Amino acid sequence: MPFHTKKLLTIVTESVLEARLVKDIQRLGAHGYTVVDARGGGAHGVQGGAWTFDRNIRIDVVCDTEVAKAIALRCEQAYLPDYGLILYVSDVGVLRADKF
Amino acid sequence: MTLDPVVLFFVLGLLAALAKSDLKLPPALYETLSVFLLIAIGLKGGVALSKLTGSAVLWQVVAVILLGAGLTLVAFAVLRWRLGRADAAATAAHYGSVSVVTFAVASAYLARQGVEAEPQLTVFLAVMEMPALVVGVLLARIGGDKQVNWGRLAHEVFLGKSMVLLMGGLLIGWLAGVDGIKSLSPLYIDLFKPVLSLFLLEMGLLTAGKLAGLRAQGLFVVAVALLMPLVFAALGLATAVAMGLSVGGAMLLATLCASSSYIAAPAAMRIAVPEANPAISLAASLGVTFPFNLLLGIPLYLWLAQQVYA
Repeated sequence: MPFHTKKLLTIVTESVLEARLVKDIQRLGAHGYTVVDARGGGAHGVQGGAWTFDRNIRIDVVCDTEVAKAIALRCEQAYLPDYGLILYVSDVGVLRADKF
Repeated sequence: MTLDPVVLFFVLGLLAALAKSDLKLPPALYETLSVFLLIAIGLKGGVALSKLTGSAVLWQVVAVILLGAGLTLVAFAVLRWRLGRADAAATAAHYGSVSVVTFAVASAYLARQGVEAEPQLTVFLAVMEMPALVVGVLLARIGGDKQVNWGRLAHEVFLGKSMVLLMGGLLIGWLAGVDGIKSLSPLYIDLFKPVLSLFLLEMGLLTAGKLAGLRAQGLFVVAVALLMPLVFAALGLATAVAMGLSVGGAMLLATLCASSSYIAAPAAMRIAVPEANPAISLAASLGVTFPFNLLLGIPLYLWLAQQVYA
């Protein structure tokens, strides 16, 4: 079965950003996204996930390279200075290229 | 002095977390309990309000809004001594704002002591949450070049969960009146304290988590977090005397002033003043001021009110 290569952009950040990030992601051309609650630790301390303000989310977006770049740029400019946020991109194979 | 059993649940959570017990309540339960508490407090206040007539309450509401804004300015002036503008402003907003749970425990304490309080204190609780947040954001932004998205902040403040549930509960209680609420009272009135005890267990666990981060904030923040509630309680008592409240009402207003927000304020400040470090304000508000008020402050404020009114 042939797989089409796409980018998987993963953003882990504070849950207060969810509404704004989702808006950005849609505006910048992604066709879909997945948000899950996340727990973890790092430079900003341990995020226990018990409360809205110390809750993290992980957003997965499968998209083209250009869209991934645009979203990453937006994150860098708007959120990275003040919020705990990491993002990374990986190559994934998808069945239906037109879905993304 | 014996501690109220609900407060002992807080101590239990605190000790369990400090001893590294695996006790952990599911986040969904915390959310559910907080929804319950907000509705219950709102309903109770609304029912009591429905028995009230006259416009004196309106002036009192204006007075406590100004009081909330004033407390934020005082807190900012004190904190600015050592903290940067953004951190001082965000922390001041926490202290100018109020804690619903502290209010709930204070009400339960009053009831246990057999002291009555005016019903409009619940309205004060609702309106005192907001002015501090607005003043805090203004303090952080005055003279700076960053723009404030007031629409987003207003949405967060007025349509945030706590505001909607508290005001909604007040309205429903007010509309239903004493007789209308009877069918709901087995859940919202009779079960209030048992549910509060579960909630405080969770609060104990959370507070212990913030204690760990306290050492990093230094002595200044800890000292402020201990002294601010005392000074603010005194200001609250003075305002209550000026407004002509009863002993119970004065004690609750003092508690409202002394309490600091750790739900509405952190969320609002994270959105409106993101460059402020949330670890400072949360360590102070949740790590120090909340347990202080719960264990020592509440009995102390009643004693103070009784001395003032004696």
